[in-house]
Amino acid sequence: MRLLREAVLVAGKDLRIEARSRVVFAQVLPFGGIVLVLFAFALDPDRGLLPRVAPGLFWIAVLLASLLAVSRAFAIEADNGARDGLRLSGIDPAAIFLGKTAAVVVELLALEVVLGAGVVILYDVRVTGGPALLLASLAATTGLAATGSVYGVLAAGLRARETLVPLLVLPFVAPVMLGGTRAFEAALGGVTSEAWPWVELLGVFALMATTIGVLVFGPLLEES
Amino acid sequence: MPVASIRSAVCLLGRFPALAGADLEVDDGEIVLLSGPNGAGKSTLLRLIAGLVPLHTGSATVLGHDLARDRRGARRSLSLVGHETFCYDDLTVSENLRFAARSAGRSASAGDESLERLGLARVAGVQHSRLSAGQKRRLALAVAFARGPRLLLLDEPHAGLDADGREVLDGIVSAAPAEGRTVLIASHELDRARALAHREVAVVAGRTREVAAVPRRSSAP
Repeated sequence: MRLLREAVLVAGKDLRIEARSRVVFAQVLPFGGIVLVLFAFALDPDRGLLPRVAPGLFWIAVLLASLLAVSRAFAIEADNGARDGLRLSGIDPAAIFLGKTAAVVVELLALEVVLGAGVVILYDVRVTGGPALLLASLAATTGLAATGSVYGVLAAGLRARETLVPLLVLPFVAPVMLGGTRAFEAALGGVTSEAWPWVELLGVFALMATTIGVLVFGPLLEES
Repeated sequence: MPVASIRSAVCLLGRFPALAGADLEVDDGEIVLLSGPNGAGKSTLLRLIAGLVPLHTGSATVLGHDLARDRRGARRSLSLVGHETFCYDDLTVSENLRFAARSAGRSASAGDESLERLGLARVAGVQHSRLSAGQKRRLALAVAFARGPRLLLLDEPHAGLDADGREVLDGIVSAAPAEGRTVLIASHELDRARALAHREVAVVAGRTREVAAVPRRSSAP
């Protein structure tokens, strides 16, 4: 119960800071939008191709935006010795991990809603298979946020953290890209039954990433 | 049982021994002054006690927790006021204090009490990034008190405070033993700090020695 209360405390703090600074919505969201628009320009000569590759392009845009969101989640701990303050707070490191991951999940889900609308408009996609899309998004986003939080704290104390986080995270989230894209392709293609195995893969990945994060975040925070 | 017991402690910052065999024994309700030149190891000693730097060799027990095995155990019961505020720029004074209080397992109202005590009520709704340097120092102290610590570690607490702030700080430190707190102060403002302390320990080149001078105040309540 204490773990949950502390995780909510950390998530609330991070979301309050985001609501005040609006970095995710003023910078990360436009970044994701620009990525979608650039893909649309690049593939525009072949209009028939865009709806077919829309799931992959959507998840690439989300993945790139998630790197910024994760970096931001740990950048706020860099000023005024806040990271030392968090270590000194006595909050269970597992709760810090869960709280930070939850805050990134909320931010990314909001981002995905807007980017999803952009995909529908720009890529001429017709939405079908709602439940599969929702569950795939939730599981994939949790996996991205949990993996990002582990590597975010790993790189937090390093000078090259801005460039290191993408280098560390991208290879490990390949299953999210694959599972998210395949699940969306199946759901949007009207064969929802083929989406569920990919949703399950995303769920397993999210569970594994969260479990690993709970176990290793404390030692990584101490050494950051 | 002493609140902190440090024996032959060695702490390395990189390969430099910031503490090179430091000893310190602090009893419950004491106010102990750590004096010494810049770079002598005062801040490192406080950060060791707070569990922020690892113990290389020697032994250190703080509030019953062996720091060699468990650096996190004592943190919930202590506060460190260092050179930074440990606060978030985008949160207000009040929000930072409430977060500090709740993260230590206390109610949000403990943060509000600390706000009043440090004279920050007027800037309760102001974001940390908009505070003056002196107000930030007060906030750092308020954060420490909002946590209701048994052990208070103060690193140059008078630095950056105006006259009124210094009076408030001195009053709080003086009252600490009666409130069940133990205080360790590292300071260069020796006259002011000596007037508060029960005894003085000099830190020189990473080692400690008790100062022979007669204590200015009687010990513990």
